[in-house]
Amino acid sequence: MTSLPMTSSVETLAAVLAVTIALGVPLGAYMARVYGGEAFWATRVLGPIERLIYRVAGIHPADEMDWKRYAVALLVFNLLGMLFLYGLLLWQQDLPLNPEHFPAVTHALAFNTAASFVTNTNWQAYGGESTMSYLSQMLGLAVQNFLSAATGIVIVLAIIRGIVRSRSRHLGNFWVDMTRTVLYVLLPLSVVFGLILMEQGAPQTLSAYVHAHLIAPFVSGKLHVTHQTIALGPVASQEAIKQLGNNGGGFFNANSAHPFENPTAFTNFLQMVAMILIPVALVFMFADMARDRRQGIMILSAMLVLFVPLALASLHYDLAPNPLFHGLGVSQATTAANAGGGNMVGVEDRFGAGSSALFGSLATATSTGAANSAYDSFMPLSGLVNLFLMQLGETAFGGVGTGLATMLAFVLFAVFLGGLMIGRTPEYLGKKIESFEIKMVSLSILVMPLLVLIGTSVAMAFAAGRAGAFNPGAHGFSEILYAFTSSANNNGSAFGGLNADTTFYNVATGLCMLMGRYWSYLPLLALGGSLAAKQKLPPSAGTLGAHGPLFVGLVVGVVLLVGALNFFPALGLGPIAEQLTPVHALAALK
Amino acid sequence: MNAKTVTKAPAFAWDRLAREALIESIRKLNVRHQLRNPVMFVVYVGSWLVLALFGRDLLAHDVAAADFTGAVDVWLWFTLLFANFSESLAEGQGKAQAASLRQARQEVQAKRLQGPRPDSPYETVTGMALRPDDLVLVEAGDIIPSDGEAVLGIASVDESAITGESAPVIREAAGDRSAVTGGTKVLSDRLVVRITAQAGETFLDRMIKMVEGASRRKTPNEIALSILLVVLTLVFLVVTITLFPFSWYSVHYAAHAGHVVGITVLVALLVCLIPTTIGALLPAIGIAGIMRLLRANVVATSGRAIEAAGDVDVLFLDKTGTITYGNRQAAAFYAVTGIDPARLAACAREASLADATPEGKSIVTLADTRLPQDAASGKVSDGVLIPFSADTRMSGVDLPGRRIRKGAPDAMRRWVADEGGVWPDGLDRVVDKVASGGATPLVVCENHEALGVVELKDVVKSRIRERFAALRTMGIRTVMVTGDNPLTARAIATEAGVDDFIAEAKPEAKLARIQEYHKEGHMVAMTGDGTNDAPALAQADVALCMASGTQAAREAANMVDLDSNPTKLLEIVAIGKQLLITRGSLTTFSVANDVAKYFAIIPAAFVGTYPALGALNIMHLSSPAHAILAAVIFNAVIIPLLIPLALRGVRYRAAAAKDLLRRNIWIYGVGGLVAPFVGIKLIDMLLAWL
Repeated sequence: MTSLPMTSSVETLAAVLAVTIALGVPLGAYMARVYGGEAFWATRVLGPIERLIYRVAGIHPADEMDWKRYAVALLVFNLLGMLFLYGLLLWQQDLPLNPEHFPAVTHALAFNTAASFVTNTNWQAYGGESTMSYLSQMLGLAVQNFLSAATGIVIVLAIIRGIVRSRSRHLGNFWVDMTRTVLYVLLPLSVVFGLILMEQGAPQTLSAYVHAHLIAPFVSGKLHVTHQTIALGPVASQEAIKQLGNNGGGFFNANSAHPFENPTAFTNFLQMVAMILIPVALVFMFADMARDRRQGIMILSAMLVLFVPLALASLHYDLAPNPLFHGLGVSQATTAANAGGGNMVGVEDRFGAGSSALFGSLATATSTGAANSAYDSFMPLSGLVNLFLMQLGETAFGGVGTGLATMLAFVLFAVFLGGLMIGRTPEYLGKKIESFEIKMVSLSILVMPLLVLIGTSVAMAFAAGRAGAFNPGAHGFSEILYAFTSSANNNGSAFGGLNADTTFYNVATGLCMLMGRYWSYLPLLALGGSLAAKQKLPPSAGTLGAHGPLFVGLVVGVVLLVGALNFFPALGLGPIAEQLTPVHALAALK
Repeated sequence: MNAKTVTKAPAFAWDRLAREALIESIRKLNVRHQLRNPVMFVVYVGSWLVLALFGRDLLAHDVAAADFTGAVDVWLWFTLLFANFSESLAEGQGKAQAASLRQARQEVQAKRLQGPRPDSPYETVTGMALRPDDLVLVEAGDIIPSDGEAVLGIASVDESAITGESAPVIREAAGDRSAVTGGTKVLSDRLVVRITAQAGETFLDRMIKMVEGASRRKTPNEIALSILLVVLTLVFLVVTITLFPFSWYSVHYAAHAGHVVGITVLVALLVCLIPTTIGALLPAIGIAGIMRLLRANVVATSGRAIEAAGDVDVLFLDKTGTITYGNRQAAAFYAVTGIDPARLAACAREASLADATPEGKSIVTLADTRLPQDAASGKVSDGVLIPFSADTRMSGVDLPGRRIRKGAPDAMRRWVADEGGVWPDGLDRVVDKVASGGATPLVVCENHEALGVVELKDVVKSRIRERFAALRTMGIRTVMVTGDNPLTARAIATEAGVDDFIAEAKPEAKLARIQEYHKEGHMVAMTGDGTNDAPALAQADVALCMASGTQAAREAANMVDLDSNPTKLLEIVAIGKQLLITRGSLTTFSVANDVAKYFAIIPAAFVGTYPALGALNIMHLSSPAHAILAAVIFNAVIIPLLIPLALRGVRYRAAAAKDLLRRNIWIYGVGGLVAPFVGIKLIDMLLAWL
């Protein structure tokens, strides 16, 4: 029996996926043309600006780089971005556009935030409206929102070129790829989405916060509350790229639950689409560049097969009555008074439990990490879905660029196993997968679980780590596990029950973000370099066709198996123990 | 087809082999050997660790704990022993083979010549003292001291020591049968041999090394797989080690119940998770692949070549011997209108009686079936035989008053004209018809009169067409290589069902075509035996040389077929594929096993902390201790259970990649998920019953 909100949530999910795919196909084709350096309508409009940038910066667009130069350029560029942001946060009190006169950010928090935004994590150990000046938000955070997303995209772009090219040393020019990503893809999309958000009610202003007198003053504790401060700012512009670029770092602490960030049901829907739009478009772009439509279908199918059941599980558990409440005779019926029913703790009434669980699945399946509700208050198994979607390496759909890159790593893994099982040296799209490739793929896949598991155990072993968890029991375990899962995967969402603004967590999660980003993707760039140099082999009936339901099954199996084998014990001691325990305890009461 | 082959597969004394392997597997418990296999080394360290814990429990008189720790440890050691056993068993087969080869390599005395003539003075030196370019004399009864090339003389040689073929072979200076192999024995006559191999690097030496050292050299795919296994091991090491703080936190800060998970349980979990099954069987699989090849009487100079065989997607096959039965055979007579067919047959027969070539014999045989008994038994006694010459391109016999000739149509046209005869109407049509069918027309004349045509035809082997079709479904293209003209080649190619052909093939043409395929990214396999094949052999990815081939061809090839059977290439491809499939399938099986082991061990390890986790005990195992022990036992006994599969190889049949993948995913992937659930449950029931 499906409840009404379950049905409508499933419909929402279907609509989000349908709209995204419908938009992703042309966007992917458009991106393939942009990166192919084709002259078409877009270059006629934006070409002059692009060429001006190259002239000013002294870039020779035809000068292609091998993987090492590409990687060095990427690292240097990100390092400069991080230092700039770090400095900006440390000196924000002396800089303009700080109407609320926020003080300088502490060193640990500045490091954490700089690492967080440069790596596209957007883990926020602070509340935006009470910490950051407008300048820090716009010049620091929003700029990195663009650049970190573009970095992710160019990483996968270089890897795709490695797969597609034959006997070449070059993977493209980093500066050209970055410029085109921002200029042709991210900026236009953000402008359109930002305008829609403004139209729907998101503010876009540089004026100071508004202090309003309450019509009905009230007493809270011993305090007589007479007025309210309403935080404002250039919200719409930042919100657009936050979703599109899979950043997730909200202008306000409440993130997408805040009515100024996410004013209406329509914007909520668009925000969900925006999270997976570029990841899906990149899949089509890859298929386009590889001239193999079946690759696009294979990867997208694998992503959907991974994502949809997990999202449905999250919806199911968050909409089902809490067994504890149910046992006590509390109704969580699906009535309008209950805002649709289900687990309403930490849920924004405007969206309801179903839409929150769905938003959470999308935010953790991508590397967005945005939230329109408190993930900490999800039912344990819905929280587990959030955790597990990240722990799968954010393969379905994954971060902009990095998600597809990780997915391709898993595809190569599957190709390797499948190739051996049919008795041939494994090959993917005509490229032989040999020991160097396996080494790089393994390194890349290995880094994340090691960071999560080691980070979590260090936090549990030290008092400074344990102090962060607000909640007792298995839920506290989940909170710590979630923090490291989110940072190592560059997701940025949080179980809010963890006090993250401590030196321990700022440093530990900051390091996890940096290592999770660069240690995972540099090996994949090397992989791209190695693949590019190889000759493309012609396919035959004896080659493993990396497409079709069977291969999708193999890829999904590999992703699930690796994810499950790495994290099953940890999930068992966290959310699974938490979910099972009340049932068990209640059974004992009877 | 060649003579009967004594296959060399030694009749292994299995009980002796197993006994030796048992002893060997205990000897292999030393650190140095264990370090070679990272996966099993982790088990090794774990076994010592749990042994120490067992000692501690004994000293603390904790009987219950000692029972559990001891039982786990015993099975950990068994896991190691089983792994060693599988490797030793495979190595044992190799050793038996090497021993028999080594008998052939006894130290021999060589007669080193001072001059290039057989009667030059010689000094007697040991075989080891010979250097390349030394000349040695070998006479009847001598063992050839090293690999070389006959430069003078002709002799019959017994090569059974390496080929297992008991019939002697002829070796003679110059030509394609000049290569001699060290360790073979001259039966008659004598040869002057120019030594070509350094001492210790002869063919026989390489064979022994190959067989003995099979376990030591890793092939590219094996290396890639090993990396994967090491990485998985590393991840699981971290998963289990971090489980200790996780458990500690849960016990002390979260649940406030139960005990922190013990080291023994963690080691048990670790050993169950890391890919011990494939890790233990990997060396055996590789050795077994080489042994299968040896059993097919093929010696590979490297394991890499065997793997390459699995990747080959273009096969160059010599027409003669592989696709057709050796030589062309007379298939029909076509008499010119007005000529008695019997007369044609009789003349053709007479013209061929002196012709000792297989074609000539086949004409006689065919004519005999067309002629009455008495006419067919005649012998030419008083005629003058005219042998075939490249100049006249005809052969025949001059009898009193009759000059009978057979030959190529254009040569015969000239003959008829010279004799003053008339080329009959319609003869050209018959000639064309025969030629366009891919056969060779021979015109037979008696004096000035052309009688008709003999059709000489290549006979395509039965069932070869099906074999090529099977290859095609595997994605392998077949290219027929023949010296025939394009017309004939095309006809035979069509009849045999090959994908492509090279007509009028010269060695350069072969080489060029291989390079063309390489440029397109194909992997090419070919066979060859002559010196002029050597460049192409060196270029091919899998180059199979006939044992009867020249030294140069053998050097260029990476495999030698001791049977000199050109169809062997097809078997080699299958063996190469089977090797990879066995590895891949057992890896998949090994990793898929982990799911069930989690469901056995995780609830058992943490049910004290969170009683609710008992719900994960979906197998309803009898007790936590039994659950853990059952998983460890399953993990250990699966190794010996899979040894036969590892040695024999996963069943392989020619099929499209898609079908092979589907089959193996179901059997080893899904099977690997399900099997341990059943196995662990059964072991648990057994433990509970005990």
